[in-house]
Amino acid sequence: MFFLEHIWIIPLLPMLGATMMFFFGRKLDDEHDKTWVNSICVGLVVVAFAWACMAVWQFVHSGQPYFEKVMYTWLGSDSGKLLFPMQGGRLADFKVNVGFLLDPLSSVWLLFVTGVGMLIHIYSTGYMKHDGGYYRFFGYMNLFMFSMLTLVLANNYVMMFVGWEGVGLCSYLLIGFYFHKHSASTAANKAFIVNRIGDAGVLLGTFMIFWMVGTVNFTSVTEFARTSASHLLGNPYITAATLLLFLGACGKSAQLPLYVWLPDAMEGPTPVSALIHAATMVTAGVYMVCRSNALFQLAPDSMMVVAVVGAMTALFAALIGLVQNDIKRVLAYSTVSQLGYMFLALGVGAFAAGVFHVLTHAFFKALLFLGSGSVIHAMSGEQDMRWMGNLGKKIPVTFRTMLIATLAIAGIPPFAGFFSKDEILWQTWSSHAGAFRVLWGIGYVTAILTAFYMFRLVFLTFYGESRMSHEVEHHVHESPKSMTIPLVILAICAVFSGFLGVPSALGGSDRIGHFLEPVFAMHETVSTEAIPAAGAEALAPVQQEEQKEEGGHGMEYLLMCLSVGAAGLGWYVAKRSYSKAGKDYPEPINVAAPPVYRTLLNKFYVDELYDYLFTGRRKLGGVRLGAQGLGDALWEFDANVIDGGVNGAGWLTKFTGTVSNWWDKWIIDGIGVNGPAFVARVLSYPVRLVQWGLVQWYALVMVFGLIGLTWYYLAPIHALRIFLLGK
Amino acid sequence: MAEITTLHYLVVAAALFLIGVIGVLTRRNVIIILMSIELILNAVNLNLVAFSRLYNLHGQVFAIFIIADAAAEAAIALGILIAFFRNKETVNMDEVDLLKW
Repeated sequence: MFFLEHIWIIPLLPMLGATMMFFFGRKLDDEHDKTWVNSICVGLVVVAFAWACMAVWQFVHSGQPYFEKVMYTWLGSDSGKLLFPMQGGRLADFKVNVGFLLDPLSSVWLLFVTGVGMLIHIYSTGYMKHDGGYYRFFGYMNLFMFSMLTLVLANNYVMMFVGWEGVGLCSYLLIGFYFHKHSASTAANKAFIVNRIGDAGVLLGTFMIFWMVGTVNFTSVTEFARTSASHLLGNPYITAATLLLFLGACGKSAQLPLYVWLPDAMEGPTPVSALIHAATMVTAGVYMVCRSNALFQLAPDSMMVVAVVGAMTALFAALIGLVQNDIKRVLAYSTVSQLGYMFLALGVGAFAAGVFHVLTHAFFKALLFLGSGSVIHAMSGEQDMRWMGNLGKKIPVTFRTMLIATLAIAGIPPFAGFFSKDEILWQTWSSHAGAFRVLWGIGYVTAILTAFYMFRLVFLTFYGESRMSHEVEHHVHESPKSMTIPLVILAICAVFSGFLGVPSALGGSDRIGHFLEPVFAMHETVSTEAIPAAGAEALAPVQQEEQKEEGGHGMEYLLMCLSVGAAGLGWYVAKRSYSKAGKDYPEPINVAAPPVYRTLLNKFYVDELYDYLFTGRRKLGGVRLGAQGLGDALWEFDANVIDGGVNGAGWLTKFTGTVSNWWDKWIIDGIGVNGPAFVARVLSYPVRLVQWGLVQWYALVMVFGLIGLTWYYLAPIHALRIFLLGK
Repeated sequence: MAEITTLHYLVVAAALFLIGVIGVLTRRNVIIILMSIELILNAVNLNLVAFSRLYNLHGQVFAIFIIADAAAEAAIALGILIAFFRNKETVNMDEVDLLKW
């Protein structure tokens, strides 16, 4: 059990590679000798793959339903002090561990992530040889492997979210690898920002789950959901939580309406597109929904939303992919479309079929991207299919492997895509009756379109007449072994991986379905109560299917034949239109209905719509909406209201000063100070008239006074004396 | 012939006093006014001496004080007059009106 016990080594190996590139990358990378970087980064991923194989082998042989190993408690306390209230008022202990969970679901992911990752790393040694920043590329790729492995091996939602964010970061770093190119850095921003919207959904969903269940551990949540199935079916909180998680999946796995980043992500180097945007990162959303399948099964409304969104995305993206001219863009829209298929499968309850399609899709989509990288390498950088043609004989290995991948994705037996896609379509038809059958119809039409645009790609690139310029034509050469060997290995997988899931109708044992059974087992109560609880769209899962199976596989055979017919129809129309394409070949859709062609070529104008509504890069009739519109509005608020307030305060101060000045000048000085002076002056006018300046006049007044006093005191006495005394 | 009684002295003094006062009030020349002031002071002296004949010698003592005082006063008044004359080139009382409003 050594490899299983030390499963934590698997993510750490590429982390070691990334760290070494971070610290020593510049010194180790040499223009002509890449052995150091190669042996460290690629070697570590090879070791990780080997370790992963051994760990899964040991797990399968242990016979346990799952293997869980907790390393240590990351968040929360062991003493139970970090308590949060739950729904219903109880208190729950918040504890997030760093732990690893290996069960059939994560085993599948572990194997193909490390396996396809390893092949793509080997391929990149050849593809990126002449690009600058070699060590940086491999550092980021290793960091990506670490994040993705953390995501799939995590044993709780929060640790998975760490990996979730990590892959988003690495996606940003790798899409913007050629950061000198403005379009690349813009695309990287777009990817990260749109992803972030989904991340909010994941976080909120996780919070709701903790609020309801009291733990974020996967096994505990699944057990909780399975045991309380009967009374929680259709619970609005569970529906809300699952819808929020699905929003995150839409962001990461590029479903409507958050798919817009994936086509632009083709600005990154082709191995990046292969690894991140075909095989691994975009499947993280599918992984999360599968992990939470117990919760989703308790919320039939959420499942319906998942199925509808998946089907519509599949059709929508396939329509856009019909007319794209850039070889990588076609594959990008194809990825979005196939992811829609996976979610359609999950939404109708066929979780194992969805996982099976993830696996086969990883092989043939990675092969398609790596093959297109080989084509671009041969064409000295040209990506536009209008300037390709007749490459089949010149680059035979690339041609044959891409043809195999195209046959696989179109769903032609016995290649892998036939089994997985057919299983999804069959489950969609049989799981639910009534309106859900429309979803089968959408899936069927999409299958026709898929075959058509994929064969269009093959015919335009490898058949027909050469539309290349002369310099390019001279340099066309097959890719080196480092690039072609992974192509061949992936082609072998694309051919044979289908046999993992041969349905019983064709005599197979559906190995992968049985392998995944313990993960997706529906609790019995759910299936029996789902019938009355779900309403008019007679949701009738397992039981009805069993009835149908008892009655023979007639319907299934019919649908199988229809699927093959769809693929054949797509191939035929593509052959008629493109196999002899010469210069200025006509696009059949353009010939039939030019407005439709233009709409499809402009991707239904979704990016422009988002510019109007959400980013605010374009004005809608003079008003700017969205994020930049908010910026504008806040700027207006700041300039007019806030600054208006500031200016107003300044004005008020100045005004107060003026008033104060007036008061001081006219009231205080005028009345207070000058007033009494004025009064004194006015009153003094009559008074100073007394001062003539004539001294003799003053003396006369004194004499008058003297006489007066004398008379007052003496006069009567004097008269009396003279009268009495006779003197 | 009647005897020269105190009354005669008093009347003379009063007459002199009155002449002095009228002089102060009426004359234009500042020097004449100063002389009139001296006349007033001497009239008072005469009055005091007349009464001292009747009683004790206090009146005469007082008169001597007054004479000393009059001398000082005359000195100062003439100093003021000279200062005034330097400024205004006149000894006309009517033109001492610097304090006029």
